[in-house]
Amino acid sequence: MTSVITVPPSLDDQTFEQVVEQLASVPHDAKLLVDARHTRWASPYGLTALLTLGQTRAERATFAAPDNEDTSSYWARTGFFTHAEELYDLRGSVPKARGGESSVLLEITPVVKSEDVHEVVGRIQQKAQLILSKELNIDAKATVGFAMTLSEICQNIVEHAGRGGWVAVQTYTYRKRLANRRVVVIAVCDAGLGFRQSLESAPGRVRNERWDDAAALEEAVIRGVSRFRDPGRGQGLAGVRRYIGRWDGKVSVRSGTAKIAIVPSWDDDIPLTEKLAPFPGSQVQVTIPERVSGGPR
Amino acid sequence: MMMHIDVSSVLRQTLSCELYSNLVTRPTGAAVRRQIEALLADSRERSLTVIDFSHVGMIDFSCADEVVAKLLLRYVAAEREELEAYFLFRGVTDDHWDAIETVLERHGLALVLETDDGARIVGMVNDGERRAWEKVYELGRACAADLAIALGSLPDDCARILDILHRRRLLMRLGDGYIAVGGLGEAHA
Repeated sequence: MTSVITVPPSLDDQTFEQVVEQLASVPHDAKLLVDARHTRWASPYGLTALLTLGQTRAERATFAAPDNEDTSSYWARTGFFTHAEELYDLRGSVPKARGGESSVLLEITPVVKSEDVHEVVGRIQQKAQLILSKELNIDAKATVGFAMTLSEICQNIVEHAGRGGWVAVQTYTYRKRLANRRVVVIAVCDAGLGFRQSLESAPGRVRNERWDDAAALEEAVIRGVSRFRDPGRGQGLAGVRRYIGRWDGKVSVRSGTAKIAIVPSWDDDIPLTEKLAPFPGSQVQVTIPERVSGGPR
Repeated sequence: MMMHIDVSSVLRQTLSCELYSNLVTRPTGAAVRRQIEALLADSRERSLTVIDFSHVGMIDFSCADEVVAKLLLRYVAAEREELEAYFLFRGVTDDHWDAIETVLERHGLALVLETDDGARIVGMVNDGERRAWEKVYELGRACAADLAIALGSLPDDCARILDILHRRRLLMRLGDGYIAVGGLGEAHA
């Protein structure tokens, strides 16, 4: 029997939880159909998370592409289907990717090794400078911090995940939450070890009764703890937090059964969510909003 | 002995790739540092090395930790009288500074930056150390007594600070005097 997972019409970091909840009752090696036929929109997080879902299955799953031509065409331009066909048996109309998508700063790109991070940073810089200064009204100098943020998050995959993941960067408009302000969003998802298991691998680590995914996220994201004893470790996420704070951005990290977020005033997300349905690896999203004159910095 | 290391060239040799000018990722940083250390291994007991970032696009935190912090820690942390290695950092721009400043703070380190109008000390130094370094830089060469007169301080206090700055490889000792790294024209040698 094939289990069917229905992808919501609008797929982002919040609604992906519906996918994970459906998955919770499906055995790891069961036949699976991921049904995105009625999906009309997906964020970079949604698309990269769907790829990691494919990675987690013991048996190759089937993926039903969106019926809507504009949606599937857009997904093709982000590079989604190129990677999805390696993980899923694709069903439905899957267009070939033709031409670039202007809102896509970085199409979905695999991150497996250190060289991939060089590639990602090299490709993003010029375009990011243009987007940040022209569309988001952010000082062009912020481009370096943006590239550093991207680099550090991608490195988490290389250093800690134990298997490859994906990164995507895109701009779009937040109509409700930010009254039509533009945002740039980085999504980095993997289906690897996750934060708890990574920290547990630290030599001599003693677990206590409060130790769980939420505690691991608090240690890594808030306190900069790393599985390595090297005192220079753990600076990457701390640097990301500083950059996010400077530009009134948001960062959220989901791992295992918990999600932690540094939440700016324009967003109403919950800082720490526990007891979510389990999903392997780590899923990170960074959002930098357009800067409005007189707005916070 | 004076040496000039173009970090961008070392990066390209390390990656065997002409395309990348960014210092990103910890493995890359570690490889670049090892290459710099190999170059330094050939130097004599006292050396001054210009670490040149002029052609480096950007550097991230992990790479700065490997290339800058660990390089300094190797020569500063221990008593290494047999190998006095000093570093002057050239071509460091705002694009590099965030990451470098962060790792200096994290490890309690300081370094000397070459600037358009000379050199300056940056990182984790207290006011007394900064004033002493700047005065030695201004004087060109100074002993504890010279510094005491210039700052209006006690010679013993000045001797202690000079010793600390020397151990941190921010001042070079020449006989009974000291010169600042980046002083006396080394910056443009």
